[in-house]
Amino acid sequence: MSFLSISNAVKSFGSNTVVKGFDLGVDKGEFVSFLGPSGCGKTTVLRMIAGFEGPTSGKISIDGRDVTELSPNMRRIGMVFQAYALFPNMNVFGNIAFGLKVAGLSKTEIESRVNEMLGLIGLTHLAERYPYEMSGGQQQRVALARALAPKPQVLLLDEPLSALDAKIRVSLREEIRAIQRKLDITTVFVTHDQEEAMSISDRIVVMNGGRADQIGTPSEIYNRPATRFVAGFVGTLNVLKARANGQDLQSVSAGGTTMRLAQPVRTADAEGKLSLGLRPEAISLTPSESRDVSFRGEVKAVNFMGSVIRIRMDAGGEIISFDMFNTPNQTPPTIGQLASAHCSSSDIFELSQ
Amino acid sequence: MMKRFPLYPMLAALLGATFFILPLVATFYFSLKMTRGELGFAAYQSVFNSAAFLKTISYSTVASLVAILIGAIIVVPTAYWVRLKLPKLRPVVEFISLLPLILPPVVLVFGYIRLFGSNSWMPLTTSTLGTDVLLVMGYVVLSMPYMFRAVDNGMAAIDISTLSEAAQSLGASRVRTIVSVIFPNVRAAIISGAFLTFSISLGEFVLASLLNRPAFGPYLVQLGQDRAYEPAALAIMSFGFTWCCMALMQVFATRKPGQRWLPFPNSRPATRT
Repeated sequence: MSFLSISNAVKSFGSNTVVKGFDLGVDKGEFVSFLGPSGCGKTTVLRMIAGFEGPTSGKISIDGRDVTELSPNMRRIGMVFQAYALFPNMNVFGNIAFGLKVAGLSKTEIESRVNEMLGLIGLTHLAERYPYEMSGGQQQRVALARALAPKPQVLLLDEPLSALDAKIRVSLREEIRAIQRKLDITTVFVTHDQEEAMSISDRIVVMNGGRADQIGTPSEIYNRPATRFVAGFVGTLNVLKARANGQDLQSVSAGGTTMRLAQPVRTADAEGKLSLGLRPEAISLTPSESRDVSFRGEVKAVNFMGSVIRIRMDAGGEIISFDMFNTPNQTPPTIGQLASAHCSSSDIFELSQ
Repeated sequence: MMKRFPLYPMLAALLGATFFILPLVATFYFSLKMTRGELGFAAYQSVFNSAAFLKTISYSTVASLVAILIGAIIVVPTAYWVRLKLPKLRPVVEFISLLPLILPPVVLVFGYIRLFGSNSWMPLTTSTLGTDVLLVMGYVVLSMPYMFRAVDNGMAAIDISTLSEAAQSLGASRVRTIVSVIFPNVRAAIISGAFLTFSISLGEFVLASLLNRPAFGPYLVQLGQDRAYEPAALAIMSFGFTWCCMALMQVFATRKPGQRWLPFPNSRPATRT
């Protein structure tokens, strides 16, 4: 049985249903990210776990205990907010000690635990500082320590890195992951940044329109997206309009070429039309034995992007984007040139609508 | 290009200053002339030596402080709850809080006398304590626009919703959240409201006079009828007191947590790292 379980959760605000039958089980010590665009319901689900929003229907349980009707202060959760939400009237020590004071710990226990937390986030020297005297990254570290100090059952992170600059964001996410692993705490992380979700999660829940479109490991989500939305939202994707060739369910035509797919098609309509997905990094200008599918067409754009060069090619009316490494011994094609791009049929996947 | 001297704005400022400062200087000068032929603080001495002055100022101070306390207890949770849970009701609550500016105090006090007079179900005016309670409640009502506005502005300056959620996620109850997190963070606003309440209720005349309480306001009026120099001295002292309140409000409003009250050389600078 899952440590954190959400069963058929629905949340409506008036006539607007923002979460539509959400199911999820999170194991103890697991790091799960909710990924999706603004308004997809990811924060609402997180707030339902925290108890700040009550589900219209459905059930939430933590460690086998039904917490659906429990007030937030009774749930033993730790939460880190996007806006840090440190108490401005308290210094770093006071902020971290707050939850411990509420729990009724002795002065010695509080001091020891706060020092332990300060050591964990590497800010022992800033214990006397007030929030307004610290940078955003430092404040968020303190917020993390404050959430972890009372030893919560579940740690909830609501876009904690969104307000930080790019460099701090990367270092802090690695720090969060390291601390989470060290403490083995069940964590739910909300983000709209796919790279962030990919880099630190055990599993990702890709949300769309109040539902979980796909739940899987970062690799599964990226390499085998379950829906067209997931495929488009996570990473860059070439979507090809294809047509199944008669009774042979593995043979399709797309981008001016005919290919045999690794799997039989499942989603072709009555006219045999279907959509295929292909990642740019799966395509190469260099042919090889494993690259059994070739597209031929005119190069429409060549974009220099530093270490890689992105090429856009018109193949049979379909625009295909692909990357090549920027190496001195390989000259990129020029605009207007006819070129061939190759990939393996096993890299092409079918997209459900 | 040479900057033009701002003649008209300077003239307007000078005129305004004259309008404000001249009567003040004249009153101060007059208050110093109690002893014939010399300037001195005899009027001020006379005021401080008066038993009635000390009695009325003490009474009004206590009544004002109680009014501040009750006002804060009513206004802070109300403003908090309205901002957090009932934002749609905010215009209504704001309108109610502004009513004392529309309704004159005389209407309020006659309402009290009718409601709590000797023939009413709760005859508060028949006892000294009851009348004192009515006076304090009157002060609470009169100070409501200032107290509510100050506290509401204070709450607007902090993200009370997220702070409350943060406190709750750490196990704090609603009461503890208000006491430990919200209250200290709007303390400057409460103190501002408190100083305004204090300056309004200390010299308040209508309620105290019609409820027949030995307050400072009626004493001031009485003194103005009986004496010449002491009222001038009291007027100057009142000005001084109000300015002190404003200065203190400024100090409380701009002070950050952890900062020292005075800029000692070894005080910790309030800078980001």
